[in-house]
Amino acid sequence: MTPAVRLRLSGLQKSFGATRALRSVSLAIAPGEVHALIGENGAGKSTLMKILSGAHAADAGTMELSGQHYQPENPHDARLKGVAMIYQELNLALHLTAQENILLGAESTRWGCVDQATSRARAQTALEQLGHGGLALDQKAGDFSIAEQQIIEIARALLLQPQVLIMDEPTSSLTQADTEKLFSTISRLRAQGVSIIYISHFLEECSRIADRYTVLKDGETVGSGAMKEASLDHLVTLMTGREVKDLYPRTPHQPGAVVLAVKTAVLARFAGRNVSSGHGASVQPTCSLEVRAGEIFGLAGLIGAGRTDLLRAIFGLDALARGEVCLIGAPAHAATPRDRWLQGVGFLSENRKEEGLMLNQSIADNLTLTKMNTFGRGGWVQQSRQQRAAQHWVNALRVKCRDSAQTIGELSGGNQQKVALARLLEHPAEIFLLDEPTRGIDVGSKAQIYQLVSELAAAGKAVVIVSSYLPELLGLCDTIGVMCRGELTAIRPCADWSEADIMRAATGST
Amino acid sequence: MHATLKTILAKSGPFIGLILVIAFFSLPTETREYFLTYNNFKIIFTQTVIVAIGALGMTMIIVSGGIDLSVGSTIALTSVVGALLIQHGWGPVAVLLAVVASGGLIGLLNGSAIAGLRMTPFIITLGTLGVARGSAKWLADNQTVNYDSSPLNSWMTTANPFSHTLPTGVWVALVLALLTSLLLRQTVFGRHIFALGSNEATARLCGIATKRLKILIYVLAGCFFGLAGLFQLSRLRQGDPTVAVGLELDIIASVIIGGASLSGGVGTILGSMIGALIMAVLRNGSQQMGWPTYFQEIIIGLVIIVAVFLDRLRQGRAAS
Repeated sequence: MTPAVRLRLSGLQKSFGATRALRSVSLAIAPGEVHALIGENGAGKSTLMKILSGAHAADAGTMELSGQHYQPENPHDARLKGVAMIYQELNLALHLTAQENILLGAESTRWGCVDQATSRARAQTALEQLGHGGLALDQKAGDFSIAEQQIIEIARALLLQPQVLIMDEPTSSLTQADTEKLFSTISRLRAQGVSIIYISHFLEECSRIADRYTVLKDGETVGSGAMKEASLDHLVTLMTGREVKDLYPRTPHQPGAVVLAVKTAVLARFAGRNVSSGHGASVQPTCSLEVRAGEIFGLAGLIGAGRTDLLRAIFGLDALARGEVCLIGAPAHAATPRDRWLQGVGFLSENRKEEGLMLNQSIADNLTLTKMNTFGRGGWVQQSRQQRAAQHWVNALRVKCRDSAQTIGELSGGNQQKVALARLLEHPAEIFLLDEPTRGIDVGSKAQIYQLVSELAAAGKAVVIVSSYLPELLGLCDTIGVMCRGELTAIRPCADWSEADIMRAATGST
Repeated sequence: MHATLKTILAKSGPFIGLILVIAFFSLPTETREYFLTYNNFKIIFTQTVIVAIGALGMTMIIVSGGIDLSVGSTIALTSVVGALLIQHGWGPVAVLLAVVASGGLIGLLNGSAIAGLRMTPFIITLGTLGVARGSAKWLADNQTVNYDSSPLNSWMTTANPFSHTLPTGVWVALVLALLTSLLLRQTVFGRHIFALGSNEATARLCGIATKRLKILIYVLAGCFFGLAGLFQLSRLRQGDPTVAVGLELDIIASVIIGGASLSGGVGTILGSMIGALIMAVLRNGSQQMGWPTYFQEIIIGLVIIVAVFLDRLRQGRAAS
């Protein structure tokens, strides 16, 4: 007989030195249940997952798996006992084939050699369980799309027939269409009786896919229940202790003169992909837009539609195949990031870790990198002045850190993002190009960034925001443009858009 | 307070290592008499000069996320150039400038190739290693370049045991170390080197002209290598195209023992200098212990591994 509870955690506690990461976490999951684990960054989700997957041991509290005492020695032990984990960053050996990846660490062998026939059969079974039996097993993992790579990763987790599958932010790098596919995979696993812990910042997703939820705040379980009965507003209030309507402030602002214009630009990545012009002829996909001072301009579209390409081309990081970018009051020829900063344009990268920040350098160095030469004469940098400037923003934006000399890699994602954004404020920029400014950060920091963007517009700055999160664009922007396959197809005032309209425009189904 | 203690520990790691190595050679009866004397340290300092000056340039390069394998060959080539110029009757100042400039020229070749062709520093400087060594032999006609005498010869001498002053080379290395340390920590150029090594994409995004910066770094480092070549010349009192084979590895080891990271963005001049001293003390002590050279090589090899391992442990503790 199957027990009514697959996994039960009660009163889990865990401290790291003086930091109490988990105060008291309790959680119960039934077989075949999708359970959303919700909480801001730093609420203790990662620590909890590490305890479940055997990377850390709890200080106090009990864990039971199918009625048995559960205390994994290490991640491998956890896997053998039936708890598998899929991390946000995919862990594939990109040079090995799909089959080799699925069987990694659990190869079928015969006299010390890999038993190809059995291996193949096992990999195939795992894929079929996911409804992706057609995946080419001999293709190198690196040649698959991100979504397919994720399927390979899930197949690997399924190989040992887990009772509990933990998925950490599985959709963060997926497109809308791939997210749908992932959801049907999850439903399939649920029907097979696998219990799934689903961690995500996207509350809409949680409410669609999960049966029940648990909310963590400051290392404690602050609420749990059936997903059907919980409104999104209720969840956000539980997570943050604040009401949703406070999330998108509307500091009144009045758009002024046009300060940035893109004229029939063709993005380099899309130069070869012609679209039908409607008259039978085919033309290159183009982008044109105008942004005014004191205006918040949102760029919507699917991942890969060219939103980031457009922003990077404006900033001079990538070249345009054709067309031009005009800044009012600036020479037209200049198009390197260096020139752009001098012209008062600032850029926030979507990729904080790989491009946005120097993780092993100080907050002060990261914050002032664009204007080192202003903190002294003749090429010298007065570190006291530099740190004072940085400290100002640390205080103003309530960045949680020891001081501005702390290494930025030690901060949480939300605090790192505040510093990355403060670089533009300190410079100071007049035109803000923000690529996914709230990706992967906690709701508290998000609210603060919304507030900041709104204040920037009120102060007459122009802001261009790329985001995959539509409520944020609709809540914040004055104007929204939608991109589809390298083309900026529609620009309208925010009030004239609904989420459904944007999705239709983004998928080219208008 | 706790954090400060950790920082001090993390920063003084190489220094503790140096004290341990010195203590190790001060204890045995064979060496106790002589090892800790001023005269011996005068010799150790003088033996450190070439590696130390090389390590100044190498620290800049490694902090910027690069590597230079051509240093030994550069030193040989520039010392041959210096010897030839002395043969031609050039004065010491002119020789100095010309030798430093020729080192800078090789740096310019390395830097332009790395930045311009977007190739990894490892490959480019592996190539230059051969090119510079071959050129040195070619210029020197495959033999040592001898000259009668030159004021240069006195810059590295430790011959007079009654003189208490350190040779010129030691002072030059000390002053340059101080200046380079200031350059790395207190100037825009230096902070940009850290930015480049820490995350090149961020540096580009923040408007740093990364190509120009890279070229500048290799040119400046090349000047240091040229100067090291000059001291090599002064030490041998002849231009030898086969000298300093593999010296780049000693130099890189000094920088790494000093706490720099091969992945860039981390490193200090003080650390690299202490690293260079540790290497010199090890050599000197091993000789006095009467250990065969192969044994010295094994010891130094092990020290590099242990030093970097301890550094990683320390970093790990500081992070958690």
